[in-house]
Amino acid sequence: MTVHSNFVSIRDVAKHFGPVRAVDGVSLDIAQGEFFALLGPSGCGKTTLLRILGGFEASNRGSVHIDGADMTVEPPNRRPVNMVFQNYAIFPHLNVRENIGYGLRSEKLSKEEAARRVDEVLATVKLEGLGDRGANEVSGGQRQRVALARALVKHPKVLLLDEPLSALDKNLREQMRVELRALQQQVGITFIFVTHDQEEALSMADRIAVMFDGKVRQVDTPERLYETPRSKDVAAFIGSMNFIDATVEGVDGDALIVDAGPVGRIRAGLPADGAPPVGSAVIVGIRPEKLALADSQPGEGANSVRARLTAASYLGERSHYFLQVDGMAEPLSIARQNTQAQLLHEADAGSELWLTWSPAAGIVLPAAG
Amino acid sequence: MKRFPKLKAPEGLAGYSILYLVFLYVPVLFLPLFSLNDSIYITFPLSGFTTRWYAQMIETENLLIALGNSVKVAASVSVISTILGTLGARAFTRYRFPGRRPMLGLLVLPLVVPGIILGIALLIMMSWAGIPLSLFTIGAAHVLIATPFATFVMISRLDGFDANLEEASRDLGESGWTTFWRVTFPLAVPGIVASLLLTFTESFDEFILAFFLAGNDATLPLYIWSQLRFPRNLPVVLALGACILLASFIVITFAEWVRRQGVKPEKKKT
Repeated sequence: MTVHSNFVSIRDVAKHFGPVRAVDGVSLDIAQGEFFALLGPSGCGKTTLLRILGGFEASNRGSVHIDGADMTVEPPNRRPVNMVFQNYAIFPHLNVRENIGYGLRSEKLSKEEAARRVDEVLATVKLEGLGDRGANEVSGGQRQRVALARALVKHPKVLLLDEPLSALDKNLREQMRVELRALQQQVGITFIFVTHDQEEALSMADRIAVMFDGKVRQVDTPERLYETPRSKDVAAFIGSMNFIDATVEGVDGDALIVDAGPVGRIRAGLPADGAPPVGSAVIVGIRPEKLALADSQPGEGANSVRARLTAASYLGERSHYFLQVDGMAEPLSIARQNTQAQLLHEADAGSELWLTWSPAAGIVLPAAG
Repeated sequence: MKRFPKLKAPEGLAGYSILYLVFLYVPVLFLPLFSLNDSIYITFPLSGFTTRWYAQMIETENLLIALGNSVKVAASVSVISTILGTLGARAFTRYRFPGRRPMLGLLVLPLVVPGIILGIALLIMMSWAGIPLSLFTIGAAHVLIATPFATFVMISRLDGFDANLEEASRDLGESGWTTFWRVTFPLAVPGIVASLLLTFTESFDEFILAFFLAGNDATLPLYIWSQLRFPRNLPVVLALGACILLASFIVITFAEWVRRQGVKPEKKKT
């Protein structure tokens, strides 16, 4: 079987609700067998886009193709696509087996074949023996499995999941991330899921599309999205980030030299698409865990700045520190694993330290957006 | 289980409660009591036990005809208004359309227009349209006042369950029509039963509109009213009243049982 990189092809799709542009010209290609995440804050249009893929909303513009077939105007019951709803939408008047087998009636299978398919998928989602339970007699985690099974039993080409883990409590949620990922690998179906939880997206997805205000801002693997965000918005949404305003001064080898005002002249990573022109304004982003603390000024090669500790918060396995650089509007945040390093406390506030980081840790972002 | 050990009912509350129940039920219980009394006078002391009023009731042909008319009208009214109410409620709960709120408001209006005004208005309209008065005109008027009740019962039922259930059914390959029969209808059954019973009783004991719009065929309330002029016939009316009371009791018990059998609707997403 050839893997199509545009198994699901979304072209310039837009959806307006009155004056609100919920989805504003989105184009995406999703490969067969991919675990794809639509990530964004609430109201960014990710759920509307998912509902357009499922056929529950008609787009005002653009087209949707799945496995080569035009699905733009097909109703939900005529798409090779199934959905796991946020609240699971388990039919309360049917038991677990009847819920799972619900969608097989339209496939006109023999009784034996339908029962076999239900048994098979019950095993896939580890619900054997619970088939005769009533819909309201199973736990939240089991309800999610029922919803998954009910969709998977149809052997869809694409499975859509709307905030699949948001209804579960924290421990179960982390366990289900692993299970859902394993399940997707096992069945090999293309999964497209919507989430506002960046950790969820990073841990499960092959690729993530970050959406703001109805637009896709960046599509990348979790690692690239985290390490090389292409805009300030994306960088701030995925994890946390310190932003320093700077002006480009020149290039030195594989580093960009910038004048970062109060922080002084620093070296940052060279953007993949080349250095911005000298004199242009940029933003240098640095992840809190890539900043290190030192008692004395480090040697050449590393960036460093003198700063004063303003706050410390202890979070168990790690600590967050906030350090103020004279002349900067906001303190920089530093995250440090609580391994062997000496802990700083609230009582240490006011003490002067050196902040250091490698040039590659500085991500150069465009100043606007 | 002593949940609220500190809270003690104020003294005299029990007495008040009993008095209240007596006030509520004693007048009604006079019906079966005097219907079994061997005298045409409704007065104490009771003169003796008899079932002859019931026997006489069964033999009174006009009464049975009126009862038949009432059942016919009420049954048609309950089915028609429940269908209309269900369709209306679906529109109100599942779609957003211009004029939705004003329409909901207008729906309540027949409930607050006094029956006597509505009766006169309908009578004028029927004679203007040249429709002869009959059980049909009574039934039409009853549909008019029963449909809002049916709609509100069905709105509260359909509002209670998640619209995602219908979407899930569409997603799993069912058309709009089969989704209605496999999901919406089964979940709406308790509401439909409640609506049928409510509109049936609404029509069954309605007097004013029937009074204005009756042709030659009387409904049961009209018949009972006509009999009050003849003291001789009063015990039979009481026997009839007792039967209706018993029937209502059975129907209400059944309705409550159905309601409890009904699947608890899934809560909407929070």
